[in-house]
Amino acid sequence: MSNQSNHTEILLDIKNIKKYYPIQAGLFRRTIGHVKAVDDVSLYVKRGETLGLVGESGCGKTTLGKCIVRLHRPTEGELRYRFDEDGEYKDLLSLDKKESFNARKKIQMVFQDPYSSLNPIKNILTAFDEPLRIHGWTNANERKERVAELLESVNLHADYMYRYPNEFSGGQRQRICIARAMCVNPDLIVCDEPVSALDVSIQAQVLNLMKDLQKEHGLTYVFIAHDLSVVEYMSDRIAVMYLGKVVELASAKKLYYHFEHPYTEALLSAIPIPKIGEKRQRIILEGDVPSPANPPAGCRFHTRCHKVMDICRVKSPELRPMKNDPDHLVACHLADTVEDIAEIPADAV
Amino acid sequence: MNKQDYILSINDLKTQFKIGKRVVKAVDGVTLNVRRGKTMGLVGESGCGKSVTAHSIMQLLPKAGSIKEGEIIFRPQNSEEFDIAKYRKTDKKLRNMRGRQISMIFQDPMSSLNPVYRIGDQIIESIIQHERISKKAAIKRTVDMLEMLSIPQADKRIMDYPHQFSGGMKQRVMIAMGLITNPELLIADEPTTALDVTIQAQILELMQQMQEQLGFTIIIITHNMGIVADMADDIAVMYMGKIMEFGAKEDIFLRPTHPYTRALLKSVPVLGNGGNDRLEPIRGTTPDPSDMPEGCSFMPRCDLATEKCKNAPPYEDVGNGHMVRCWYAKGGAANE
Repeated sequence: MSNQSNHTEILLDIKNIKKYYPIQAGLFRRTIGHVKAVDDVSLYVKRGETLGLVGESGCGKTTLGKCIVRLHRPTEGELRYRFDEDGEYKDLLSLDKKESFNARKKIQMVFQDPYSSLNPIKNILTAFDEPLRIHGWTNANERKERVAELLESVNLHADYMYRYPNEFSGGQRQRICIARAMCVNPDLIVCDEPVSALDVSIQAQVLNLMKDLQKEHGLTYVFIAHDLSVVEYMSDRIAVMYLGKVVELASAKKLYYHFEHPYTEALLSAIPIPKIGEKRQRIILEGDVPSPANPPAGCRFHTRCHKVMDICRVKSPELRPMKNDPDHLVACHLADTVEDIAEIPADAV
Repeated sequence: MNKQDYILSINDLKTQFKIGKRVVKAVDGVTLNVRRGKTMGLVGESGCGKSVTAHSIMQLLPKAGSIKEGEIIFRPQNSEEFDIAKYRKTDKKLRNMRGRQISMIFQDPMSSLNPVYRIGDQIIESIIQHERISKKAAIKRTVDMLEMLSIPQADKRIMDYPHQFSGGMKQRVMIAMGLITNPELLIADEPTTALDVTIQAQILELMQQMQEQLGFTIIIITHNMGIVADMADDIAVMYMGKIMEFGAKEDIFLRPTHPYTRALLKSVPVLGNGGNDRLEPIRGTTPDPSDMPEGCSFMPRCDLATEKCKNAPPYEDVGNGHMVRCWYAKGGAANE
């Protein structure tokens, strides 16, 4: 049910997630600082929706994605996840071994590079067989049927299960990776740049397929990409990240026409649009993204912001809802957000 | 149009690679005219032969590749025109041309700079190679050029090594290297593909500014239709070694005529549409270049294909130099 905001139930509630990587130096590998890849991010994902995460390289979007599937353990924070529609929320980071095993089934990931995420010496059946066997499909024939069914669901021939990855094109491989992520019936799939390694004419095939699968199986996606046009096409809501923080969060439609954060504005204006005739005001950001090991004081964007004020250099703005729209969150001193945290409706953050 | 208005005219260029016993026709009959002082965009998917076309112009092909047929007429402003394809790679004429009359910027700034030499030395090298000039004057020119490309503290930065520069800064250095000899033609092969979008916008803006100031011609090679919409005056759409459609920017975006061009435009999400229109993917995949279909190379993926397409379609003018390689260019497809 993409692009409709009728999802209400929160599936995953990301609370104050931080992921710091130590920087070690010298003879005894002493820790001399931290790369703050993800710095205090709170977001929620509703069941059945697509949440887009965009930002430039190094903004922490992939790290956040990997924290969600627990490939990385966050330094701090909670990942509250609801396993059943009427069940309780449980923190994914403090599950016991058995619960943790079951939770892995529910959250799957599709990686960026379909060339390196399939083992070249295993045929497709073997690649699918392992997760299925581990997660309870004991009968070999049933497993084979399941693989055939999965391949057909991504528009590939069932006989392809005996082939090896090198026999497939990039688009086909990415479809196989999607089918593999689907094989244990997950609720949530984290897609990390699933189409950026593919040719333009192939991208559309994969994007449409992902939309169809979502509709059919009621999947929830966290869609990570650097290309805002792709994210906009896929997402219900979009979170824009900069240097480890979320700077703006809004519905896909709202973000394009009613952005509030200067970074979102610059990012939107920097994207070349395959249309002519409309002259767009282009905002060219100066300089590069600062190092996440030593982020600027105050607002992290102030060194490149075209609307910078004195307060931005000292005080870091918090991500708060807009006064006229509680679902639109902005972290900027210029935005007309609610002043007091107490005013925020309980379900907004 | 006068012949002199075209800085480069490519006629029926065929570049082939021999890999074992297979022959790959990477460029298979490309005909192109590049207007002096303008920007031409060469777009296509990976493997369509756009980079090989550029490397053929520079005669920088790897050993396995060679120009089999065709001519590449280059018309410099102040000297005789000549056919690049006629000379041997190592000929003095071409060595003089490369880097001085025609420069090239490559896709990956991270790997096109030598990590063990200082930035300044790498730029100065190309001046000293082509001109009789004192080292001091060469350094001065390098610093001026880097300042023009808004690299802060250029006089100090020339002493730095590539690893001390960020990706965007390295690409500026590459542009400086290309422009330092004041070339007439700059070939940019995917100059921003390795960069972030905000840095990409900086670099594209900079290339346009430099072109305004110095008046050179640009051939920009990219797979991104958005970049050509922004930068180019003329656009050539390539597929499987052939130009499928060529025309002014307006022709390509407002009156796309070849089914491939139209499919390409419909298959990319456009910002601001909010995911309302479903994308229309191009079915199938690009054919193996060593085993191309008979007739029109787009036929297996084309919705309009008929029996007629089994014969190679002509490359026809459908009006004002808008060239299309399709049987249905006149009538049929165009009016759909």
